Amino acid sequence: MTTPTDPPLLDIRNLSVRLGEGAASPALIENINLRIRAGETVGLVGESGSGKTTLGMSLMRLLPPLLDRGLSGQIHYDGDDIVQMDRAELTRLRGGEISMILQDPMASLNPIFTIGNQLKEGLRLHATASGSLEDRAIAALESVRIPSPEARLQNHPHQMSGGMRQRVVGAISLTRAPRLLVADEPTTSLDVTIQYQFLELLKDLQKRAGMAMLFITHDFGVVAKMCDRVAVMYAGQIVEEGPVREIFRRPRHWYTRALLDSVPTLDQALDRLPTIPGSPPSVANRPQGCRFHPRCANAQAKCMQMPPMAELAPAHDVRCWFPLQEQRGAA
Amino acid sequence: MFKIVAARTVEALIALLLMSIVIFFLSRLTGDPVALLLGDGATEADKIKLTRDLGLDQPIVIQYLTFLGKALTGDFGRSVAAGNQPALQLIMARLPASLSLAGVALAFTMVVGILFGVMAAVRHNSAVDIAARLIALVGQSVPSFWLGIVLMYVFAVQLGWLPTSGYGRWEHYVLPAATLGLFTLAAITRLVRSSMLEALGSEYIKLARVKGLSESVVIWKHALANSLIPVVTFMGTFFAVMITGAVIVETVFSWPGIGRLAYESILARDFPVVQAVVLVITSLFIIANLLVDILYVVIDPRMRSRG
Repeated sequence: MTTPTDPPLLDIRNLSVRLGEGAASPALIENINLRIRAGETVGLVGESGSGKTTLGMSLMRLLPPLLDRGLSGQIHYDGDDIVQMDRAELTRLRGGEISMILQDPMASLNPIFTIGNQLKEGLRLHATASGSLEDRAIAALESVRIPSPEARLQNHPHQMSGGMRQRVVGAISLTRAPRLLVADEPTTSLDVTIQYQFLELLKDLQKRAGMAMLFITHDFGVVAKMCDRVAVMYAGQIVEEGPVREIFRRPRHWYTRALLDSVPTLDQALDRLPTIPGSPPSVANRPQGCRFHPRCANAQAKCMQMPPMAELAPAHDVRCWFPLQEQRGAA
Repeated sequence: MFKIVAARTVEALIALLLMSIVIFFLSRLTGDPVALLLGDGATEADKIKLTRDLGLDQPIVIQYLTFLGKALTGDFGRSVAAGNQPALQLIMARLPASLSLAGVALAFTMVVGILFGVMAAVRHNSAVDIAARLIALVGQSVPSFWLGIVLMYVFAVQLGWLPTSGYGRWEHYVLPAATLGLFTLAAITRLVRSSMLEALGSEYIKLARVKGLSESVVIWKHALANSLIPVVTFMGTFFAVMITGAVIVETVFSWPGIGRLAYESILARDFPVVQAVVLVITSLFIIANLLVDILYVVIDPRMRSRG
C-alpha cells in the first residue's frame, strides 16, 4: 500500500490544450492539475464535451496534430515530462508504461488482421517477458477470461461478440503490464451485464498488477464501484476533486450536486428526474468568470470572476466562491 | 470460400454470354456484310451465293448460334483486309504487346499511386498533399491522345531521351505506359489518399498507437491494409480503362497491340476482326473482374465468412 506522501506516479501541472499555439486560442482544457499515485484509481466525470477524453488522450500524446501543438503545461510521469518527450520516447512510453482502453470495442480492432496478429505485435515489444509469443498471446486472452483462447487467436474481429471484443481490447491494452491505464468510457457501448463483468475483470487485473488507473466515465455508479478519488470536469476545467465517498456524501460544487441529483436511484420514485437547466457552453463561447455560473442555482455577482481551486477539507478541492455546506440528502 | 468463387465464375460466364449477344447484334447493325465484302461491282448472283455461303439466309437466331458455336472453338471468321488470315490468329499475335504494356502501366500506377496517396494522407494539407491533389486533378482531366503527343514531343523529339515509337526494349515502354497510366495513377492517388485519411482517423489506429507500435507499422500495416480494399475493388475498372485507352495510346505510339489492331480494322471495315477484338477485350475485362472478386475475398476476411 502506498502512502499519500509517496511521490505521485503521474503529476499533471497546469495542463492546457488549445486550438493552436497562441495563448489566446480557445482552450479545450485549461489549467488542469491532477495527481495519480501508483495503484490508485481516479475517476474523471463530466458531461460530453467537458474535455475528459482530451485530457485522457493528452497523457499519451495521442491528440490530433493541431491539438498536440496546442499542448502546454507539464505531465510528470515517474520524473519525466511527457509534454517534452520526442517521438522515440513516446513510442517507448505507450503500451509499456501507459496504456489506454478506448471507447468503442467494435471499432478499436483492425478488421483485416486476426486477434492473434494484433495481440502479438504488442507482445513482441515486451522485451523482458519470457515464453513463446504464442503462449504469451494465449495467456493474455486467458487473463481476460476468453474461452478456448488457442482457437480465438485465429479469429477476425467480426467473428466475435461486442463483449468478447472489449475483452480482447483489454487484453491488448494490458499485455505489456503498463503502470498506468487510461480507461475512456470502456463500457458505455456494452450491455449492462457485460459491463459489470468487464469492470470486475478490470478491477481484478488492476489489483494483481498494482496498476494505477484514470477512469473516464459519466456514470456515477461506475465511479462508486471503481474509483478511490474522483475529479469532476466542467467546460474544460476541474471544478471539484476529492475522495469518492466525500464527494458522494458532501459535494461542495453546485455542478457536482446537480450531476449527482440527476442520477436516478431505485428508492426514490420520481416522476421526473431533476435536470440541470441550459446546456454546457461550447469551446468558443465559454462565459467569463466561473464557467458554470449561467446554469448555477446560486450564481452571484462575484461569480463573474474566476474562482480559484481551494482545499476545503483534506484532499478535497473545489472551484467555487460559495461552496455548498450541507450534507447531500439531509436537506 | 469455394462457394463464392464458384458463384462469381458462373456470373462471369453469364456476363460473357450476354456480351456475345450484344456484340453479335450490334455488328449486324453496322450494315450489310455482303455489300461490304463484294464492293460495288458485284452481280446479283454473286450476292446470293455469298449470302448463302455466309449463312446469312438463315433465321437470325440460327445465325447467332452458329456464330457462338464457332467462337467457342476459336473460329471468329477470317480477316477481309489482312490476306484472309483467321481473325483470332491476328489477335493472338498482337495480344502480348498489349498485355505487357497494360501490365507495366498498371504496376507503375499502383506503386506510385499508393506512395503518393499515403504520403498525401500522412502529411495532410502539406505541400506534398497539395502536389498530390494537383497531380490527381490534372491526371484525370488531360486527354490521353494530347498527353501522348506532348510527352513524345518533349522527351523524344526535343530531348531525345526516349524513342518516339516502336516495341521491343524497355525504353519503348516508358512513354506509352506513362500516357496510358496517368488517368489511373490519378484515380489511385485520390482513392488511397481519401481512404488513408479515413483509416488514420479510426479507432483501430488509435489502439495501434496505444500499443506503442512505431509510426511506420501504424501507417504501412494498419492503415494501408484497410485503404487498399477500395483500390482492389476498382482494379477491374482500372484494367478496363487501360484496355480501352490502348486503342488511342497504341495508335499514337505505333504500338503493335490489339488496340491499334482494332483501330486499323475499323478503318479497313474489316468487321470479322473488329467483332473478334471487341469480344476478346470484353472477355479480358470480365476475367479481370472475376480475378478482382476472388482477390477481394482473399484480402478482406469479412467477405470470406459470407459464403
